[in-house]
Amino acid sequence: MTDSTLRRSAVAMTGPGLWTRLNNDRNWLGFWFMLPAAAILVLFLTYPLGLGIWLSLTDASIGNPGKFVGILNFYEKECYGPDDCEIYGLFGDHVFWQSVWQTIFYTTVASVAKFAIGLYLALLLNNHLPFKAILRAVILLPFIVPTVLSAIAFWWIYDAQFSIISWSLTKLGLIDQYIDFLGDPWNARWSLIFANVWRGVPFVAITLLAGLQTVPPSLYEAATLDGAGRWQMFRHVTFPLLTPIIAVVMTFSVLFTFTDFQLIWAITRGGPANATHLMATLSYQRAILGGNMGEGAAISTAMIPFLLAAIMVSWFGLQRRKWQQGESDD
Amino acid sequence: MTDAAKTAAKAAAKDDSEGMDFLMTRRTRWVTIYIPLSVIVFILLFPFYWMTLTALKPNAELLDMETTNPLWVAAPTLSHIFHVIFETDYPVWMWNTMLVSVVATFISLVASVLAAYAIVRIRYKGSQWVGGLIFLAYLVPPSILFIPLSVIVHAYGLFDTPMALILTYPTILIPFSTWLLMGYFKTIPYELEECALIDGATRTQILLKIVLPLAVPGLISAGIFSFTLCWNEFIYALTFISTTSNKTVPVAMLSEFVDGDIYRWGSLMAGALLGSLPVAILYSFFVEHYVSSMTGAVKE
Repeated sequence: MTDSTLRRSAVAMTGPGLWTRLNNDRNWLGFWFMLPAAAILVLFLTYPLGLGIWLSLTDASIGNPGKFVGILNFYEKECYGPDDCEIYGLFGDHVFWQSVWQTIFYTTVASVAKFAIGLYLALLLNNHLPFKAILRAVILLPFIVPTVLSAIAFWWIYDAQFSIISWSLTKLGLIDQYIDFLGDPWNARWSLIFANVWRGVPFVAITLLAGLQTVPPSLYEAATLDGAGRWQMFRHVTFPLLTPIIAVVMTFSVLFTFTDFQLIWAITRGGPANATHLMATLSYQRAILGGNMGEGAAISTAMIPFLLAAIMVSWFGLQRRKWQQGESDD
Repeated sequence: MTDAAKTAAKAAAKDDSEGMDFLMTRRTRWVTIYIPLSVIVFILLFPFYWMTLTALKPNAELLDMETTNPLWVAAPTLSHIFHVIFETDYPVWMWNTMLVSVVATFISLVASVLAAYAIVRIRYKGSQWVGGLIFLAYLVPPSILFIPLSVIVHAYGLFDTPMALILTYPTILIPFSTWLLMGYFKTIPYELEECALIDGATRTQILLKIVLPLAVPGLISAGIFSFTLCWNEFIYALTFISTTSNKTVPVAMLSEFVDGDIYRWGSLMAGALLGSLPVAILYSFFVEHYVSSMTGAVKE
């Protein structure tokens, strides 16, 4: 027993080994701790991001790595005669441009609606209400139920023959014939926007509610004493204090709406006549269903500048002081 | 004296929480609060009501909107639900989804705990930058990654296996969970760790025995939210899985049930209802954690 104690102390006397020293070094330790997360993120996030941009410059298809073709996926001008030139690639592709406009339209309208209704709902919930906790839990339901599954419910609600909306409106005497929700391009677009707003409002409302609850009530009391009305109180007390959280929430909201895929794929698959294709669904159709990986990757790559712009606008735009002081028109 | 002051302060705080509500009459409250709130809640909940109702309706009632009232069910039946459970591969899809979600959530939590701890507490060189990069990774949407990822999944021989999803889902979950856990770890007093360090604990021991037990609420929040995200994920599952028996619920619902038959609606709604149940049940138990993870993720 004494022997083993001696030996142990002898080991201790030789000082820490390389292994121990490595484990005490801040940077090495940080490296080991970061390794699992970093490995997954580099392999399945950073690398694909780069690979996607590379693929957009190749003519790859499924099962064929492809070769470098430059910007031909984006722009290709071919001349058959002196004044007989055709533009190919995404630039000359009207379906692509249609999807770009549809994506911008969809994102703008849905985000504005989500913000307006979400903020309104948050303000409503910020009042003294009975069963507030249950109410909040119930309101969040659309957000937690898997999108595809609620989208299927919307698909059924929008059915041309058995739509409950058409039925109700007919019974109320507001329309004579059933609405063709998904067969007409504009009806389909608005129907999808409604479904997207339906799913997004709870997220915006509950996060903004959390922000509202941090506003000190004494500020409202002071404003009341100064004779402020409800609108003035909202405009000059609530809104400025809420701006930072609005910026973050709306950045996420815009980002997720812009890259939406599930809802469109479940309800219309881009139809009728490609009217509801977003860039994400079009890239899926071209790359995975059509097998044209290069072209699909080019559409994905074309989304990146829009995403950066969306992040910049909602991030910096909303943090401008002018906005915080409520001077802009809204 | 102090007690009285405390009671007064408490009363004041209570008054504060009511704000300026006393200025509103009962009728104004109805018009400006209860009625709009009811309308919004009605719209938010109606699709679920409709989903449940359709799942319980016999086919005859489903397709007859004239003689029966479509907003109610006269003769509820479980036949659609039985059809989905016993006559399709639904249990298999459910199992696939569960397996992928649980494993991916677990992997992400382990990786995120280590990463968040390292960023917040080990503070190695450049940890601030890494924190920022992780936030950026949060903003990279799956919709622009699925095409190159499908190439990678093919190259690694993972195509059409649950592993493809188990390894790719964490790219969505890790940035979010790390960000959330960083916030939680920051609230744990540094002194606790210093004491442990002085007592000779290693970093791993500190993490396992001091930090993690204190961060359990954060872990639950991150876990629940990650699980829900996995259950909801669609585009990767759609792209990387092709065999029917390997599909997850959302993908299978769209590809296997949609056959152009007008009688499909009952089964579709039954399937959608059953597929929503696991997350709904989990959510009902952990509403507070869920809300805090959602709001925590957008704060700061």
